[in-house]
Amino acid sequence: MSTILRAEGVTRVLPGPQPVTLVRDIDFALSPGEFVAVTGPSGSGKSSLLYLLGLLDRPTEGRISIEGRDTAAMSENELAATRLARLGFVFQFHFLLPEFTTLDNLLIPMRRLGRWDEAEREDRARALLASLGMDEAAGKLPEQLSGGMRQRAAIARALANDPALLLADEPTGNLDTRNARTVFDIFERLVADEHRSVIVVTHDQEQAARAPRQVRLVDGRIVHDSARD
Amino acid sequence: MPLALDIALGHLKRRKRQTLVSVLGVALGVGFFIGMTSLMRGFQTYFVQQVIDVAPHVVMKDEFRRPDLQPVELAFAGGAVEVRGVKPRDTVRGIREAGAKLAAIEAMPGVAVAPMLRGPALLRYGARDTSVSIGGIDPERERRVTNIEKDMTEGRLEDLRSTANGVIVGIGVAQRLGAKVGDTVTAISPAGVTQPFRIVGIIATGVTAIDASEAYVLLRLAQVLLDRPNVINSLRIRLDDVREAEPLARRLESVFRYRTESWEESNRNILGLFVIQNAIMYSVVGAILLVAAFGIYNIISTVVHEKARDIAILKSLGFRAADIQRIFVLEGAIVGVAGAIAGWGVGIGLIEALAQVRFDQVGPVIQGRSGFLLAREWWPYLAGAVFALVAATVAAFIPARRASRLNPVEIVRGAA
Repeated sequence: MSTILRAEGVTRVLPGPQPVTLVRDIDFALSPGEFVAVTGPSGSGKSSLLYLLGLLDRPTEGRISIEGRDTAAMSENELAATRLARLGFVFQFHFLLPEFTTLDNLLIPMRRLGRWDEAEREDRARALLASLGMDEAAGKLPEQLSGGMRQRAAIARALANDPALLLADEPTGNLDTRNARTVFDIFERLVADEHRSVIVVTHDQEQAARAPRQVRLVDGRIVHDSARD
Repeated sequence: MPLALDIALGHLKRRKRQTLVSVLGVALGVGFFIGMTSLMRGFQTYFVQQVIDVAPHVVMKDEFRRPDLQPVELAFAGGAVEVRGVKPRDTVRGIREAGAKLAAIEAMPGVAVAPMLRGPALLRYGARDTSVSIGGIDPERERRVTNIEKDMTEGRLEDLRSTANGVIVGIGVAQRLGAKVGDTVTAISPAGVTQPFRIVGIIATGVTAIDASEAYVLLRLAQVLLDRPNVINSLRIRLDDVREAEPLARRLESVFRYRTESWEESNRNILGLFVIQNAIMYSVVGAILLVAAFGIYNIISTVVHEKARDIAILKSLGFRAADIQRIFVLEGAIVGVAGAIAGWGVGIGLIEALAQVRFDQVGPVIQGRSGFLLAREWWPYLAGAVFALVAATVAAFIPARRASRLNPVEIVRGAA
């Protein structure tokens, strides 16, 4: 099976008078259409691993490749271009730009990518919102949306450029159980219907259990990977 | 609309009050620059115009910039020669072979020239007397070189020729003597010559120093009065193109050796004062714009601080560092452009307000005008706008660069 993402011997150390190892010796491979939940205690390196896999950070040792391309040799601009076209991020906070409507927030990554013309962009953005049950939120500012809707809008924005891989860092951390369930419903649908890959870092064991593949981190190391164990 | 511009405008709209204050700061800087420039340039242009209109553009005098070199100094040029106790030759002052020089200069294209013999004299009318500077002129040539004819409030320039022993006096001289046109005054020169003159005209240039001390007679009468027959002590030149004054003065001096001054050289002190005046004015206005630039720096820094999360998300979405920097530099530029446009309005308003000011209680200040002299030129608007835009962009550049270097991971961690 082909891999969309591969990490080999990845270690990340924060330099300083007393260097801190965030993750160490990580080997991880992700196939298209795979849904992975990363769990572990606080400070185990879950988010750090996600930022490394999402090309927001660079490993101190080891290598990460996306769709077969080694990212070590990539410039910052090339990494940014890869994030723009192939990756989507969802964080614990929605981080929607408060000055823009929900629709405009979705249009921002599309405008930056420049793959579609204006009409196509708007059609795509509206379709995305509709698929997440947010048709009526298009013209509203983030402050006019509920917490669950903001997070769904953030997921829609992450999907705006049709990424192959969605990375979510505690996406349900600020949501109630019902909204948390809705978010994971969306992830499941993205994997099942659209064959996207999803990696979710979460503390929520109940929702994490819905992912077919479970990865557990302790002290920066993978102590369990259901795909291997 | 480009995406970066859209986001930049979004940030600024979100902080309306701070944006407005920054725009106002720039607007005041630009507005005052325009207003003050108009005021300064108005006065300076008027002054220069007056100098150009009233006085000859080039004057050749009967003196030399450097004394003649002694033969020994010529023979040992550059040698260790010192000549002491030189007794100057007792020569008659005046421009030698003035007729030939007059003809040579007159033959040049775009040049009018008039001879003059000027000397001190005392004018007496009844029991009153006043010292004047008598100028012996050739009326035909004089009217082509100076504005004397335009400045005459009574009488005509030709009356100097048609009236025996006619004299034109400054209005201040006439007032001091208590004399009017038609009255006969007595002129007494330092040479001891006494001669009656009939006042045939009055001039009022608006320059008190001239109006209170000058008088004009025919050249040959001045030569008699001052006991300097056939002598002239200056050649006054007017040019079609006033910018040629300095080069022509240098050329004439190199050919004829007599000290020849352009109007710029004659008024170098005042023109130098204008330079200092302008430097002070531009420094003050520059300081206003500098304060405005600090305001812009402040607002963009605050926005960068407040928008750290947005910057992080934009970077995670795939925006490059250059994209982020562009957004914040654009914010500064937008404030600069808005400030410049508002500043144009402030500048226009300021000029119109200054134009309404009248100094009625002190009477006419300059040539019957009782208000400010204002220049209405387009370049201060352009210069003010360019300066504002540059200052605003530079002020925004530093926080923009800081924004572009923010590490999204650190920000997201901090927010979590």
